[in-house]
Amino acid sequence: MTDPESGPGELPPQPDSPVSEAGWQRSLAGGLAFLRRRLTGDYQVDEFGYDADFTEHVLLPPLRLLYERWFRVTALTVENVPSTGGALLVANHSGTIAVDALMTALAVADHHPAHRMLRMLGADLLFDTPVLGPLARRGGNTLACQEDAERLLNSGEVVSVFPEGFKGVGKPFSQRYRLQRFGRGGFVSAAVRAGVPIVPCAIVGAEEIYPMIGNIKPLARALGWPYFPVTPTFPLLGPLGAIPLPSKWLIEFGEPIPTDDLPAGAAEDPMVVFNLADRVRETIQQSLYRLLLRRGHPFLG
Amino acid sequence: MLVTGVTRYIGSALAGLLADQPGVDRVIGVDAALPEPAERSRMGAAEFVRADIRNPLIARVLVAAAIDTVVHASASASPVTAAARSMAKEMNVLGTMQLLAACQQSMAVQRLLVRSTAAVYGDSARDPAVADEGLQTSSLPFGGAARDAVDIEGYVRSFARRRPDVRVAVPRFAQIVGPTVRNPLTNHFSLSPFVPVLAGRDARLQLIHEADVVAVLRRLVLGDFAGTVNVAGSGMLTVTQAVHRAGRLPLPIPRSALDIAGRLSALSPLGAFSPAAVRLLAEGRVLDTRKLHTEVGFTPVFSTPEAFDDFARTLRPFLDPDAVRSAERRLGGLLGLRPPLAADGPSGATVVDRADRAVRGGGSPANQAGGNAAAGTATAKTSTARTGTARTATGRNVAGGAERPRLVGIDGSAGGRPKVRRRSGSPPGPAGGRPR
Repeated sequence: MTDPESGPGELPPQPDSPVSEAGWQRSLAGGLAFLRRRLTGDYQVDEFGYDADFTEHVLLPPLRLLYERWFRVTALTVENVPSTGGALLVANHSGTIAVDALMTALAVADHHPAHRMLRMLGADLLFDTPVLGPLARRGGNTLACQEDAERLLNSGEVVSVFPEGFKGVGKPFSQRYRLQRFGRGGFVSAAVRAGVPIVPCAIVGAEEIYPMIGNIKPLARALGWPYFPVTPTFPLLGPLGAIPLPSKWLIEFGEPIPTDDLPAGAAEDPMVVFNLADRVRETIQQSLYRLLLRRGHPFLG
Repeated sequence: MLVTGVTRYIGSALAGLLADQPGVDRVIGVDAALPEPAERSRMGAAEFVRADIRNPLIARVLVAAAIDTVVHASASASPVTAAARSMAKEMNVLGTMQLLAACQQSMAVQRLLVRSTAAVYGDSARDPAVADEGLQTSSLPFGGAARDAVDIEGYVRSFARRRPDVRVAVPRFAQIVGPTVRNPLTNHFSLSPFVPVLAGRDARLQLIHEADVVAVLRRLVLGDFAGTVNVAGSGMLTVTQAVHRAGRLPLPIPRSALDIAGRLSALSPLGAFSPAAVRLLAEGRVLDTRKLHTEVGFTPVFSTPEAFDDFARTLRPFLDPDAVRSAERRLGGLLGLRPPLAADGPSGATVVDRADRAVRGGGSPANQAGGNAAAGTATAKTSTARTGTARTATGRNVAGGAERPRLVGIDGSAGGRPKVRRRSGSPPGPAGGRPR
């Protein structure tokens, strides 16, 4: 998938080298301007703490490297995410730590024609953690709760949610690509109430990055974590265990499921909500099986 | 009318404003202390009665003057030292109880306004990011001024039950800033060059300008709104962003080392800081102000960044935005960026500025003109200018005098403007400001 060598040294001499120099200058100047904006506090932050300037210049570049070089992500039918207006993206969750959420966000930010920024909903544990909490808010994430979800959807944002939660990320490797329970269907009622479409999204590849072969429960309890992962490299190799395995990723965005054609008060009807949640879950599960076949070898792709 | 807390900016300015109001024949300002000359002059035509609201004497003032409107503007001050803390609890909670008791006695009282604070929402990570008036928080604030405010609101609610004929309004204010107002927050940002902040946290700060506080209190007194309402300027700043906007540098201190650092700072030449102020600052919350716009019909003139900038104007910046900009250019020159960078003149069409503008989603070119902009606040004011263009009615107020902001003519500023700003916190530019 990737170019074997695309460093500047291998390229044939460019006829218009001033252009590349200007590009280099522009990024340097952009970096300086960014530093100046940081130093003078001259940037915009929305009410959830989303800082577009910071996200674009600090958070996304390293993730982009991971996305393109390490996981070699292929984003499929990304145009199923609406270009305008609110939408709820529902995806499977896996991989011990939530790298899949970040890669999905990058897939939409870089490869969607409208370059939309996903607003992810996360667990309270994340926002309670020093350093990570503020960072998550700067990246546009907010607490997974009805109020925040509806507020974002109503203001026309694309919100992504992982209804499996910790059950999904923290499941043992043997359970890979098997969807866990979908919570209480709160995400469906939020989408129905806001009248926005639900985009089912299947992520293949995240399961193999940190294959979780064990869970030290007493340690997890002591640390207040939902689980304490044991992978082939962690905690055995210490910090080196934090390097994810370079699996091949496929992210598929399914056909949007409209919710605005439902009768009024549907969000209050548990049967409608459960049925819709089930339908979304089934769709994602089927896509997962299909994508797994398509991918073939987990690491070579 | 009776206004408490006239030794503070809010109380005195409100008393003066109400006294000038046609149809209001008498305004009495009360406080336990004597007002300073500045406050006395702000009170204008209002009378001053020295009375402690913790004393039952206040009931006699109410009856003797046939007070029909009581504005409790001094409730829930937020002191920072421990000694002031117990004193404040006394004043806040017991004072309010006495005042409410007096109001219940006097049948002449028709309207009651009690100033509360957004601190009642706490700042738990388990609560939604944006608080509306009906929010049931997952935990009650533990101790401090926030707890007082919760208690006070409880007493006010039971008063409202016992006297259903009285119109009770409880505005919950975001943190108040402005060029005149002195509180733990403004004191903390006055530290220079380093402003201690809590390490690993970056709370979302929402503010309300002192002039808007007075204006909304006036609107609540004269209007017919009853109930609880959030009051905050639109938008928000993070704590570190605010520190940078004030031309200062954040100094992260871990929570566990806060108290000892506070004590050590008293010995340092940089000046003492208050650990409690750092904690206060670390409580981030954003309010949903839709009810303020729709039901009260009031839109604050100052957004949160504008309110902060108006306060920051009174500080001497350690890092001047213009100095930062010229340093950027010099560094750019050193790194071999095209020399025209530095001397591109008023068009501002430099690589830096273009990149800059792209990121901001095509913001205002007016303020990009360069280093010769006046008063050293050109960069900090950029966003101000941008939001200002959409709301031209606010211009005259923002431009109001340096020493004292003109109070806002509510009928002109709020009522006349269409209430279109539904998303109060959204940035004015396109949301995802990535260059495309």
